[in-house]
Amino acid sequence: MTPGRLAHGGAWIDRSKPVLFTFDGTELEGFQGDTLASALLANGVVGGFRSPILGRPRGIHAAGVEEPNGYVEISAPWFDAIAAATTVPLVDGLVARSRAGVGRLPEDPGSVATPRVAHRFVHVEVLVVGGGASGRAAARAASQEGDRVLLVDEHPVLDAPATGSDMTILANATALGVYDDGYAVVLERTVDIVVWHVRAGRVVLATGAIERPIALAGNDLPGVMLAGAAQTYVERYGVRPGERAAVFATNDPGFGVADVLRQAGVDVVRTVDARSGELVIEALGAERLERILVRTTDGREEAFDVDLLAVSGGWNPNLGLWRSIGGGLRYDDERAAFVPDGGPPWLSVEGRAAGDVPAGTPLWFVEHGDDAAKFVDLQRDQTVADIAEAVGGGLRSVEHVKRATYIGTAVDQGRTSGVLAAETVSRLLGEAAGAQGPSNARPPYAPASYLSLAGPTRGDLLDPIRTTPMHPWHVAHGAAFENVGQWKRPWFFPRDAEPMHRAVERECLAVRNGVGAMDASTLGKIEVVGADAPAFLDRMYTNRMSNLAVGSIRYGLMLGLDGMVLDDGVAMRLAEDRYLVTTTTGGAATVLDRFEEWLQTEWPDLRVYCTSVTEQWAVVAINGPRAREVVSATGTDVDVAREAFPFMTFRDGHVAGVPARLARVSFSGELAYELHVPAWHGLEVWEAVMAAGEPFGIEPYGTEAMHVLRAEKGYVIVGQDTDGSVTPHDLGMDWIVNLSKGDFIGRRSLRRSDLVRTDRKQLVGLLPDDARALLPEGAQLVVEDTGRIPMPLAGHVTSSYQSAALGRAFALAMLAGGHEMHGTTVFAPLPEGTLACTVTSPVPYDPDGERRDG
Amino acid sequence: MLLVHCPWCGPREEVEFRYGGQAGIAYPTDPDALSDEAWADFLFMRDNPKGAFAERWYHAAGCRRWFDAVRDTATHAFLPADHRDRARR
Repeated sequence: MTPGRLAHGGAWIDRSKPVLFTFDGTELEGFQGDTLASALLANGVVGGFRSPILGRPRGIHAAGVEEPNGYVEISAPWFDAIAAATTVPLVDGLVARSRAGVGRLPEDPGSVATPRVAHRFVHVEVLVVGGGASGRAAARAASQEGDRVLLVDEHPVLDAPATGSDMTILANATALGVYDDGYAVVLERTVDIVVWHVRAGRVVLATGAIERPIALAGNDLPGVMLAGAAQTYVERYGVRPGERAAVFATNDPGFGVADVLRQAGVDVVRTVDARSGELVIEALGAERLERILVRTTDGREEAFDVDLLAVSGGWNPNLGLWRSIGGGLRYDDERAAFVPDGGPPWLSVEGRAAGDVPAGTPLWFVEHGDDAAKFVDLQRDQTVADIAEAVGGGLRSVEHVKRATYIGTAVDQGRTSGVLAAETVSRLLGEAAGAQGPSNARPPYAPASYLSLAGPTRGDLLDPIRTTPMHPWHVAHGAAFENVGQWKRPWFFPRDAEPMHRAVERECLAVRNGVGAMDASTLGKIEVVGADAPAFLDRMYTNRMSNLAVGSIRYGLMLGLDGMVLDDGVAMRLAEDRYLVTTTTGGAATVLDRFEEWLQTEWPDLRVYCTSVTEQWAVVAINGPRAREVVSATGTDVDVAREAFPFMTFRDGHVAGVPARLARVSFSGELAYELHVPAWHGLEVWEAVMAAGEPFGIEPYGTEAMHVLRAEKGYVIVGQDTDGSVTPHDLGMDWIVNLSKGDFIGRRSLRRSDLVRTDRKQLVGLLPDDARALLPEGAQLVVEDTGRIPMPLAGHVTSSYQSAALGRAFALAMLAGGHEMHGTTVFAPLPEGTLACTVTSPVPYDPDGERRDG
Repeated sequence: MLLVHCPWCGPREEVEFRYGGQAGIAYPTDPDALSDEAWADFLFMRDNPKGAFAERWYHAAGCRRWFDAVRDTATHAFLPADHRDRARR
């Protein structure tokens, strides 16, 4: 038998099931049902911990989630960076190390065993938090009404059984937070973790009360323990927390603990009743409690040799969850406690949490002795002296004192220190008791790892991954991918061990001089159908779409109501009453939502239906002077001749034997065809194009080459060159804004005084004087390099690339008054030196568009 | 997380919805006729009451319909629709 274990008793332990565990390198023995804390006490480990800031010796102080001292890192059988020893269930092979209040991540996260985590979602009529007597009663009552009931309790077992029809009981389950409308998150912990998302019709908090310490000099020594905790260790775990004890209390239940200790064979040498004026004025010892000084009612000081001081300063209703969802508090003078007062209608509090705690005379801190040794927050090493310093410095609110001292901000959330700190502030300010509420409480109620909250939504399951029908080909051909929204898009196709810039240069040259193919399937596609579709699109886009001929394509720009560029794409008129509009890859959902919003909320009279068809169509974009030859070689019944199939038109027909829509649109400035085919034909058509293109030297190219090619032509990418504060005029795109066609979204804003300023940032091209110098995207620009920071900023770089076609580096930038600055020099001050750049038009390549028809 | 009452689908989790701001702000019939100030007022200025507030919600991950609801901004509780007129005033 271990030294602290009693021969009998211990309602929660199973003496037939010994458990071996390791603490700070020493192998020890406990029983199933122990917590790590009770097993340590059973082994006579009274200290064993250090305070995080001052490094003072500390020991187990409490028996539950309120523990301020006994924090451990667990490395087996699972990993946990920080946990209270009082809440860790003892399991065979547990390996724990004392931690000074601060967790630490493993150096190699892959080397640690992580628990499995599942998330479950449940609906019940009633959620009861806390399985004590009042929680069980509330659960029973609700169950008898026929309600579905979920009862959660943080302990491994309930003190007494609770049963009822349709009642679920979760042990080892902590409610981390209670949120609006009966939503709660409960963490159930055994070896694995289940996070329960509960939506309850009503929530009953039966969260009990937390015993208050009394701040006296030396109260942080191992051996000073909350009285109720000492009782818990005896009754639940059959553990004797000391040999010679004293009890210092302000209330009757506190002295009841003296009887419990005596029955357990503890020599209780002194009880000190604060109500009579007696005080323990100092706890003394080196590494643990050895002696206390008692000041009697007649002023004498007596010393007692003890190794346990059980302290009870009264009880605080445990209202952290209540307060975190906006429940109010009221100070009850008789009970010297904050009790619940006013909260959401679906939330109620029962039992001790509701204020049913023993009446008592409050004693917050003992006047005698050294204030700097009277610990208020053991985990933050903050004392009465620290609070006095904060108050002396002029702070008048407990919220300010909290921020000055960090009291209540540690892992234990100030469960033993919050009210004590508030009342100490009141006392020091000469205010009435209860004048300061305890500082606010926030979820999570108890420490919860990110791992548990993330659950299965990490790695590949973090976010849905969208791939195109051609994805297997890209993977097989070694594509490097980039994430665009949820899409995986080929970024570039490295050949052998080629570095990225070489691959991109090769892909760009293929498009400029020969032919390249890109998977453009991720483009957002929306079918806009109905008799009023033409009128509707005229209102959504800056230019006119109603006069677009069937079979033709038009580029369109969409603005926000504030006149700022929101998205762009092309519209194809499939029939009089039917358009296919494309959006940016990332903007597809936003644009569809926006269409729906205007149709539903402002123009319900318009007969228009919008359908997302993004995933119904696979798109192969073939770009380059030899694109026409490749399309022909792939096999098509559409006449692709230059005159027969002009730019910005489309034709329905077949390609490679499957139905296809061919479109003459170009995002590279070269001759280009887009092949739109049903998604299930995407891979075979892509393969057919690559095979047919082989004699022409076709190269697959990715998004990086696409970005370079479009930037060489000055085509903006919404969201890269624009940032929500850019107008069409800023982009030099007045040509697409039709002010005479009638109203459209954003039109009125274009006349606002700020939007017609001539010194707005405007799109320009930049050529660094050093042709090989690549400007970093995001680099700030100045007109005059004063060499001294700060300098007046004139703009910033939005896109920057090495251009094989231009044989030099170039960039796009937003520059104040840039439209009028072509030919001037601006500077990019960078850490490694200032780069001078010449401002140019944003279309450095083929400015007259002579290449688009091949 | 709120429990939002969609008039078509019933009570659903807040994550299924998009918030649409204050309700009852109609798009002006003739934006061109408005002064810069009046247009800016339409564009940017919204009420921010403590208490009943008529607001728009969009059941984006459900029936995809827009609807108006009245909510108490202090308690987060959705209120019966007859609060709507009061909230608008």
